[in-house]
Amino acid sequence: MSLDPEVVRVLAFLVGVIAFAALNAAYLVWLERKEAGHIQRRIGPKEVGPFGLLQPLADGAKLMTKQLIVPDGVDPVLFKIAPIMVMVPAIMSFVTIPFSDTLVARNIDIGLLVIFAFASVNVLGLLLGAWGSRNKYAIISAARVVSQNVAYEIPMLVTVVTLVMITGTMNLHEIVMSQQGGFWNWNILRLNASPLMPISFLIFFVCMLAETNRAPFDMAEAESELIAGAFTEYPGMGFGVFFMGEYANIVIGACLATILFLGGWQCPFGLYPGVHWFLIKIYAIIFTVIWIRWTFPRTTFYSLLNLSWKILIPISFFNLILTSAMLKVF
Amino acid sequence: MSAFAQSQTNETFVLNLGPQHPATHGVLRVKLVMDGEYVVEAEPVLGYIHRMHEKMGENRTWAQFLPNTGRMDYLHALAFNHGYVTAVERAAGIEVAERAEYIRVITNELNRISSHLLWFGAFVLDLGGFSPLLYAFDDREHILDLLESVTGSRLTYCYYRFGGVYNDIDDGFLAGTTAFIKRLRDRMPMYHNLVTKNIIMMKRLEGIGPVSAEMCRKYGATGPVARGSGIDFDLRKHEPYSVYSEFDFEVPVYTECDSMARYMVRMDEIEQSMRIIEQAVAKLPDGPFMTPKVSKIVKPPKGDYYNAVETARGSFGIRLVSDGTNTPYRLKLRSPTFSNLSLFGEASRGMLLPDALALMGSLDLVIPEIDR
Repeated sequence: MSLDPEVVRVLAFLVGVIAFAALNAAYLVWLERKEAGHIQRRIGPKEVGPFGLLQPLADGAKLMTKQLIVPDGVDPVLFKIAPIMVMVPAIMSFVTIPFSDTLVARNIDIGLLVIFAFASVNVLGLLLGAWGSRNKYAIISAARVVSQNVAYEIPMLVTVVTLVMITGTMNLHEIVMSQQGGFWNWNILRLNASPLMPISFLIFFVCMLAETNRAPFDMAEAESELIAGAFTEYPGMGFGVFFMGEYANIVIGACLATILFLGGWQCPFGLYPGVHWFLIKIYAIIFTVIWIRWTFPRTTFYSLLNLSWKILIPISFFNLILTSAMLKVF
Repeated sequence: MSAFAQSQTNETFVLNLGPQHPATHGVLRVKLVMDGEYVVEAEPVLGYIHRMHEKMGENRTWAQFLPNTGRMDYLHALAFNHGYVTAVERAAGIEVAERAEYIRVITNELNRISSHLLWFGAFVLDLGGFSPLLYAFDDREHILDLLESVTGSRLTYCYYRFGGVYNDIDDGFLAGTTAFIKRLRDRMPMYHNLVTKNIIMMKRLEGIGPVSAEMCRKYGATGPVARGSGIDFDLRKHEPYSVYSEFDFEVPVYTECDSMARYMVRMDEIEQSMRIIEQAVAKLPDGPFMTPKVSKIVKPPKGDYYNAVETARGSFGIRLVSDGTNTPYRLKLRSPTFSNLSLFGEASRGMLLPDALALMGSLDLVIPEIDR
């Protein structure tokens, strides 16, 4: 009996995507702790395995052996389903990410749309988890999460629409192919389409931080105000899955920033394009995200909303209009 | 307005903050009545770490109460030591060796710097910035090492004795102190660049958490809280005790009344404490570190005595009532943070939860000192 090669391919990519997401989630925790350690003049994890490399496994074992308490009075269905609703869409988004010219699970024409569709489910998961927890801190956090995500999805999508107008496609593979050549062809430096491109990358980056609930916009967790926000009541692996989902979302955000603005797997000098360039770029972005977290204090909720509604949204709309005008004229 | 709408207007809920909450730095509980994220009413609930220090003082000798003082404000233990020994010395008429006074000032100010450094780190942590805490601890570690070398302990000191100090300081300590001050001078610009001038920090502190001078007077707030509200009052300057009148230093006063003002007062106080230490090290006289022939059993004459000193958090007052025996008849402590916390309920009214917690952080609470 011979297997259909398409079935083998689907299975291989399924395993590959889940493994990539899970390994990243686990080892980004290690990277985060190590980097935080060095920023704070400590060493970071070093006991478990060489350079503490087995630390994520030890953490995972600890979280999994903990009892999964479902506190009295919570909504058991929402409480249990919420972490999965954060994790699954994050993994699903990897399906359309082109890691290199050939390495992509599903190359579909609406790849960009698929990712944003899945990304919005993530908020719902956090909201339901917080609401189902029946905890006042969690409910405050839920209210913050929703308004924060609504506020930051607008400038992010407007920026992405600008890019779609420039490249003329929502296919992620084609978006990368349109940035072939050296780094001067990347969308971030495509000044002939719009002189504001570097700024729209900045907007995208800030929105990405806010959408993934990273410091300085970690309103949902805000441990010095809301204890653990939406995750306050979650024990063991319930919290662990939320945590992994959060890191998977950061990876997705970094992948998108790389594909849309930094030329995906293209080499900055036009030499040897491939998956290694893609990985270098996404980890550089993730490194910066972690760096920001350990440097800045947290903003407040209202200045966060003000930043979006009063600064980011007007600039991104202006950029949209400017780009469409320039595309029409030139 | 319909009956339904009326029932909806004040839809508030009670939020129980603490006694285990990251922002309360200990076992303080605050009962908050919230309207959404706005604080309508805040009521601090105390007593979770009450240890009856005042009552303990009544059934032990005057000298035996000394270790208790270091366990109230564990961040500025030497100032509480100082307050108590000065009170008893005044009551019993004990002379203090001159060298001991200088040693007391040096160690006390070092301890003040370590207290402010820890507050600085914890305050930025309250605002969500992690790394400055570790930097501040790095510097504080040097002070703890220095003080450990002369006092023998790292946190709950019991170093001063009636008439002097327990142990003389040596050249190693003085050299270490001078080196530390040079080091901290170099590091202060880094703190200001990283934290004070950070735009998020400025947005979170400037104009947030106003505490007016009237409010300070009403609740008896002292220390950096009062000085951040424009009240120029520092016991070291205005009612000098020990040898503080010999030194040239300024009392930082800010009139903005916001959290930033209280932050700046403390940061400036670190600089002023360094100035005091430098002068004290230069002027340190030779001689005994303990007045000879102070009786082991102190018996202050019958009477009512009061003495106050400036700790890192404000005025620490101590009232002694002696009936002429070898134990105090009554020992009343007036701790600064208790009064500083009292104004939280009024000051936080109508604030957002994160801003209210920033205000609470800027009050520099040490819970064991509030509860005693």
